[in-house]
Amino acid sequence: MLGRLSFSAIPLDVPILVGTFLGVAIVGLAVLGLITYLGKWGYLWREWLTSVDHKRLAVMYIVLALVALFRGFADAIMMRTQLALAYAGNPGYLPPHHYDQIFSAHGTIMIFFLAMAFMTGLFNFVVPLQIGARDVAFPFLNNLSFWMTAISFVLVNVSLFIGEFSQCGWLAYPPLSESQFSPGVGVDYYIWAVQLSGVGTLLTGVNFFVTIVKMRAPGMTWMRMPVFTWTAFCSSILIMVSFPVLTVALALLGLDRYFGMHFFTNDGGGNQMLYLSLIWAWGHPEVYILVIPAFGVFSEVVPAFSGKPLFGYATMVYATCSIMILSFLVWVHHFFTMGAGPDVNAFFGIATMVISIPTGVKLFNWLFTMYKGRIQFHACMYWAVGFMVTFTIGGMTGVMLAIPGADFVLHNSLFLIAHFHNVIIGGVYFGYICGMNFWFPKVTGFKLNEAWGIRAFWFWFVGFYFAFIPLYVLGFEGMTRRMNHYDNPEWHIWMLIAEVGAVLVLLGIVCQLTQLFVSIRDRNLPANRDLTGDPWNGRALEWSTSSPPPPYNFAIVPHVHGLDAFMHDKENGIDTRHAGGPYAPIHMPKNTAAGFFVGAFSFIFGFAAIWYIWWLAAIGLIGVIGTVIARSANKDIDYYIPAEEVARIENEHSRKLMAQAAE
Amino acid sequence: MKNKLLARMARLGGLSSALLLAGCEMDVLDPKGPVGDGVKSLIATSTIAMLIVVVPTIILSLVFAWHYRQSNTSAEYLPKWSHSNKIEVIIWGVPALIILFLAVITYQTSHSLDPYKPLEAEATTKPLHVEVVALDWKWLFIYPEQGIATVNQLAIPVNTPIDFVITSDSVMNSFFIPRLGSMIYAMAGMQTQLHLMASEPGDYLGESANYSGRGFSDMKFRTLAVSGDEFNAWVDKVKSSSEQLDGQTYPKLAAPSEANPVEYFAHVEPGLFNTIVAKYNNGMVMDTSTGKMIQVQSAMSDMNMKE
Ligand code: HEM
Ligand SMILES: [Cu+2]
Ligand SMILES: [Cu+2]
Repeated sequence: MLGRLSFSAIPLDVPILVGTFLGVAIVGLAVLGLITYLGKWGYLWREWLTSVDHKRLAVMYIVLALVALFRGFADAIMMRTQLALAYAGNPGYLPPHHYDQIFSAHGTIMIFFLAMAFMTGLFNFVVPLQIGARDVAFPFLNNLSFWMTAISFVLVNVSLFIGEFSQCGWLAYPPLSESQFSPGVGVDYYIWAVQLSGVGTLLTGVNFFVTIVKMRAPGMTWMRMPVFTWTAFCSSILIMVSFPVLTVALALLGLDRYFGMHFFTNDGGGNQMLYLSLIWAWGHPEVYILVIPAFGVFSEVVPAFSGKPLFGYATMVYATCSIMILSFLVWVHHFFTMGAGPDVNAFFGIATMVISIPTGVKLFNWLFTMYKGRIQFHACMYWAVGFMVTFTIGGMTGVMLAIPGADFVLHNSLFLIAHFHNVIIGGVYFGYICGMNFWFPKVTGFKLNEAWGIRAFWFWFVGFYFAFIPLYVLGFEGMTRRMNHYDNPEWHIWMLIAEVGAVLVLLGIVCQLTQLFVSIRDRNLPANRDLTGDPWNGRALEWSTSSPPPPYNFAIVPHVHGLDAFMHDKENGIDTRHAGGPYAPIHMPKNTAAGFFVGAFSFIFGFAAIWYIWWLAAIGLIGVIGTVIARSANKDIDYYIPAEEVARIENEHSRKLMAQAAE
Repeated sequence: MKNKLLARMARLGGLSSALLLAGCEMDVLDPKGPVGDGVKSLIATSTIAMLIVVVPTIILSLVFAWHYRQSNTSAEYLPKWSHSNKIEVIIWGVPALIILFLAVITYQTSHSLDPYKPLEAEATTKPLHVEVVALDWKWLFIYPEQGIATVNQLAIPVNTPIDFVITSDSVMNSFFIPRLGSMIYAMAGMQTQLHLMASEPGDYLGESANYSGRGFSDMKFRTLAVSGDEFNAWVDKVKSSSEQLDGQTYPKLAAPSEANPVEYFAHVEPGLFNTIVAKYNNGMVMDTSTGKMIQVQSAMSDMNMKE
């Protein structure tokens, strides 16, 4: 009846997990209680959970990403603490069974639920506004994507308290991940969580690709598109091309596990090397999916705070596109040590280094954007300059790893771990947080507190170096990744320094939370309000709307007359908004609960499949199909905002603008 | 000419990294064999070449950020300036030149450091053959010429090329002795090759560099690089053990165990290695010298499959 699920799957014997469960339960109940007390359930359901508005979905994605950050970071600091303790015969406090789940969960959560969700949140918020569109091409799919991501994250967390998570690392290499070696439910949790969230990601890729191709405002030619939109475009293409590969790789692994097939098993003609090739044919583009939009953020932020246009816009676009294409030609650099011949290795090594040329060009473009500018040191600029310094180092160590001869001693060492955290924290994370500081007033109508933002930056920046420079050293000392204890006394001191780094990063996260808290508390102070919608003297169209933008974004779709459309209009005295109308009724999509239900049924399906509870899986599947059919049959999916209502909202904003101008 | 330059840069790199990290034991940067030496100078050369762009980039980021800060009103401000062909040529050109240089050494070293390539010393000294099997969670070393085997201890004579053939009778691992240089994966049903040599006697850490499950952290072995005489003495010591490795005892050894102690086997069933490879290939194994598939025939070919 319950498949593999039994009472013993609940890890009552692991105090850390019981404690965590109690913590989560108490906080969860408190939040639910608060919502009930405030009577906000209806509001939450109608205005947020069922919303198809890209701006609301953006907020939900970013909240999800921040929750994932806490979970992922809790894992990180537990690992650091284990390795600070567990040397010279001391087993530490985490037995292998637990430690191995933690690094697997950390990697999986940080990539799929922190980074991908944050990125999708930024796409959602910024892209439609930057191209002068009223929403994305497929608003309902957008909501569905969110729910697929959210329920997958819940699934990963359920594994904490029911069963176990994968112990095979974030990429689940076979044959270790085959049922012969990993008979438990851990790998199944991994497979289903990644597969279900992959549905969401793929739909996001399609959605933004179509949105950018089809919905740009009149006059916005390709070479007038803001750089962030360009990067979202390239990233969406990468998603569409690479995520299906991930889906197939994990599906084949699933067939091995569920039906005893032999795609990647040791025996029966299976080939584990094929899995490595497939997973990295997705995995390498994946890191570019994440970092290209971060480059996009910096390309918006640096010009805004330097008071200058971006240096070399065209170069930036070409560099982005060449990175996109090259990122498909390098995946073998993840397994030079598999024994392919020297020519194969040299080809992929050189292809990898070639990527560093356009990447270097981008760095120089930001540098020369600052050159002869008037740089305002807003918190955003701290993240941007911190990125330039940090990412450069990460890029250098990346090229070292791309040289097969060098990789033969650095592969899978802590040097590698240092390298990718160097680019993923120094590049991706700094970029997204920079973007959050930049666009926050647009989302909410008030600015993020700067002092706390700068403090957060310093803790992250310094913490990063403390946490990861020691790992470069440890790599040279021959320490490999994923060890949970060691007996080399030479390594211990570096592990202690890395622990200090993790604590500094923790303080950075605390500062970020404080920043959010303080900003929300002081949101009504006049200095914090953004009444004009253009707090930074911005260049692209998103700054031409009010903050937060009205549901329809643009009452009258703007006409684009040049690169940096909004700046062009400001400089030439053109009113981008066409204030005063005449306004026409605006066609809008209706909110829908279908995405939520597809997500909920998918969750049931995934959970049941993990535990072999087939009747429940059938219910989940029928639920998904039924909801999709019901949604497809529903004709009541849109409505009009009357012209008078549009006029009222727009005039209200004009009044505010006028009042500001008078001040 | 170029090689001399390379060598000089490598020395410079070695020196600076030595200064930088004086005091700690850098296994990888303080190699004890020719392969490790090659890798080390490659790392040093490539690092120096890259520092040519990396250092100016970092300095310029800080200098520009500081100099053009808003409060420095004496700095020039060109609010419209956003293009310069001259700069564009430089920012594409300089990185491209450096990558061109790196591409050349990448190509050369991919060949010269190819783990499958026999070491040059082999022309003069007869290499030692060692067959390596990654097990859950220990390393089995078979010395076919000596007819012995050990677990978690590898002894090698110094200044003698070692030809490793590597497989796994479990999940994927990576065979790695940081002091000696390159690593290579160990995969079931396959044989990878690695050529290493120790040029100094010592006791070097060996490990798995690819996570293989619960007992991975203890999947370590000691590499005893010793003189020829000491090696022969060591072989005799192994031969005096009472243990044998054959169809009967192997499955017991192959069963998962953690932090396995060192074990010596005075005698190994000939062809054991091939049998281990062949059991995942319908009894076939590739002859590494000819590349042909051959059928394994041995007393153990009916050894039960692990699954
Ligand atoms: C902020 C502080 C962070 C710390 C202290 C940290 C720490 C760690 C540690 C200790 C490991 C395990 C290394 C080992 O295998 O021995 C690890 C692995 C990993 N981390 Fe992080 N991490 C951080 C942030 C991130 C972020 C932001 C991401 C991605 C967005 C990330 C992605 C990964 C991945 C993919 C792995 C590999 C997991 C595996 O081995 O399968 N980490 N991290
Ligand atoms: Cu890659
Ligand atoms: Cu990389």
